[in-house]
Amino acid sequence: MTVKVGIPRALLFHEYHLLWISFFEELGAQVIISEKTNKNIIGEGIKNTVDEACIPVKLFHGHVLNIKDKVDYLFIPRINSIFKNEHICPKFCGLPEMIKNSINDLPTIIDTEINFVKSKNSLKNTIYEIGKYFSNDYKQIMSAYDKAYLKFKNSKRIIKENPFSEVNMLNNKKIMIMGHPYNLYDPYINMDSIDKIKSMGAYVLTPEMIEDQYIFDYAKKFDGRLYWTFARKLVGTALYLIDKKNIDGIIYVSTFGCGVDSVVADIVEKLIRRKSDIPFMLVTLDEHSGEAGINTRIEAFIDMVKWRDISENNISAHG
Amino acid sequence: MKITFPHMGNLYIALKAIFEELGVGVIPPPKCNKRTLELGTRYSPELMCMPFKITVGNYIESIENGADTLFMWGGCDVCRIGFYNTLQKDILKDLGYDIQMICVEPFESIQQIKNFLKKLKMVSGENNYLKFLTIFIKGIKLLNQVDEFEDLVNKIRPRQIIKGEVDKLYTKFEGEIKNVKGYKETLNIIKQNKEKLKKIEIDNNKDVLKIGIVGEIYTVVEPFINLELIKKLGDMGVEVHRSVTSSEFINEQIDFVPFIHSSKKEVHRAASPYLDTEVGGHARNTIGNTVLYSEKNFDGVIHLLPLTCMPEIVAQSILFTVEKEKNIPILKLVLDEMTGEAGYLTRIEAFVDLLKRRRESIFNEKMLSRS
Repeated sequence: MTVKVGIPRALLFHEYHLLWISFFEELGAQVIISEKTNKNIIGEGIKNTVDEACIPVKLFHGHVLNIKDKVDYLFIPRINSIFKNEHICPKFCGLPEMIKNSINDLPTIIDTEINFVKSKNSLKNTIYEIGKYFSNDYKQIMSAYDKAYLKFKNSKRIIKENPFSEVNMLNNKKIMIMGHPYNLYDPYINMDSIDKIKSMGAYVLTPEMIEDQYIFDYAKKFDGRLYWTFARKLVGTALYLIDKKNIDGIIYVSTFGCGVDSVVADIVEKLIRRKSDIPFMLVTLDEHSGEAGINTRIEAFIDMVKWRDISENNISAHG
Repeated sequence: MKITFPHMGNLYIALKAIFEELGVGVIPPPKCNKRTLELGTRYSPELMCMPFKITVGNYIESIENGADTLFMWGGCDVCRIGFYNTLQKDILKDLGYDIQMICVEPFESIQQIKNFLKKLKMVSGENNYLKFLTIFIKGIKLLNQVDEFEDLVNKIRPRQIIKGEVDKLYTKFEGEIKNVKGYKETLNIIKQNKEKLKKIEIDNNKDVLKIGIVGEIYTVVEPFINLELIKKLGDMGVEVHRSVTSSEFINEQIDFVPFIHSSKKEVHRAASPYLDTEVGGHARNTIGNTVLYSEKNFDGVIHLLPLTCMPEIVAQSILFTVEKEKNIPILKLVLDEMTGEAGYLTRIEAFVDLLKRRRESIFNEKMLSRS
């Protein structure tokens, strides 16, 4: 019988799912992913997490509960840093502990530490540590990783082949939705915001569509040290957009109680308001699931972006 | 040049003396008050943690009093403290204040202490590194003295026979500190008051509860943010021990220097079955110290954290297990700018009552099992 590995569909799954899934599959394990976020998952998550945690962490708990009885292993790595000299939110570092202490009757947890803060030299070790659960063959583990990584990288390229230049040709309004990947790509938590905007005839872009190198270069121009990977990515995105001016509106999707966003959303908003006239809106999500409010705000925002063309140019300078 | 710094409990006593030794004019911010918080809240990002907001308030109030240089404790932790100076610089610039900022990185190596000294040089115009070093050591000594004094206050307060005597002394002490200058005079005042404190009549046979305080450092040491929790508990007849203090924090940072000792290793050892890695902030200390308190037979633990504090949320979810396994009651208090004092007081009183009952019942059990 094959071994079953469970991966909760939450947090960094949304960024690395292809890498993780194909790595485990290459090693001959059966990968089981939790269901798409639904009312039950979110409810269970809220019930089983400390009150003060942010909604993405609560969701993670919900997803763990969703699959924990169906698998032999749960993949909850302790992600400390995924980039040199950069960190990730402290809650990610303590995630295995949070799960172990909040949820009972868990299968074996693969809680290998992923920490590249000093250098990426430990990468092979980290991969081996994770692969060890499924195979004793060092070479097999490495080749599984290489294959998975290739797949992951290619998929990234597919997203990037939506270059901004092509978007420029479209007559539609271009709206950038920025935020953490786990807020953007989980339609349940952001109440389908992306589709809603698309259905209003606007073209939706996300930070993942910008070349990493651009983000990196622009983030360097920021005056201050950006030591969170998310902070670098989002501030870099904002500076890129301000400089290129090829966007009609920016919506920042944040969650209540997010420590990273309390800083980053503020920096991004101030940058945009000071250095450009791009319309900006901050949407903060929490456990409430009232959809009407968010609909109104998105509609109003898109309408305003559209009306700018007609109205703003016609205002007489003499009043 | 007039230098100022943010408040963090009694840290100002040591900082003030250090800068005076360096020959710099010092304007300590007014004691944290409602206006400090209001100013800070008005100009800070909405979902920022409370220490940030109060610090902003401190800066504005000192600048109003004439300060032109800010000294701040920066740092690069996993938590958002590393962004404090970037954002605060921006906020103050936005408000139109023309000020100089000196930010200190945490001490991880001898090199960083050198950097710190270099910055001090910039402030004081003094050139002699040896002098800096002696002043720096003096500062650490003062800090330790102040915290020792504070610990003594917490020990004596629940046992005093005439209620309010300790607080009277403490208020007088704060006034005296304001009027002295430099290391020697400050140290003298602390020593004198310590002697006076020891003379206060106490009831040695009083049966006092012991509560340990763990959590985020700012919420533990700054009486304004925790609504004078320690004093309130003392008045209820509870002896309070703070696990994180400014002196302990600095000692932990520089304990690679031979003559400095900290309890870091012990705390980390105690925390290791639950959390064996650094997740930023004081999460590891929170876990470790809670375990240590239970080993030292404390009656209970109070866990303080500002709303949305990331490391302490991790700690909090682990504390549930510690509470069960070590059989020690824990009260969690989350602090933000909306904290209403009455509700807060009720919770503390209820907790203390429970601890009293618990102690009685344990005592009775022992009596019964003996007969």
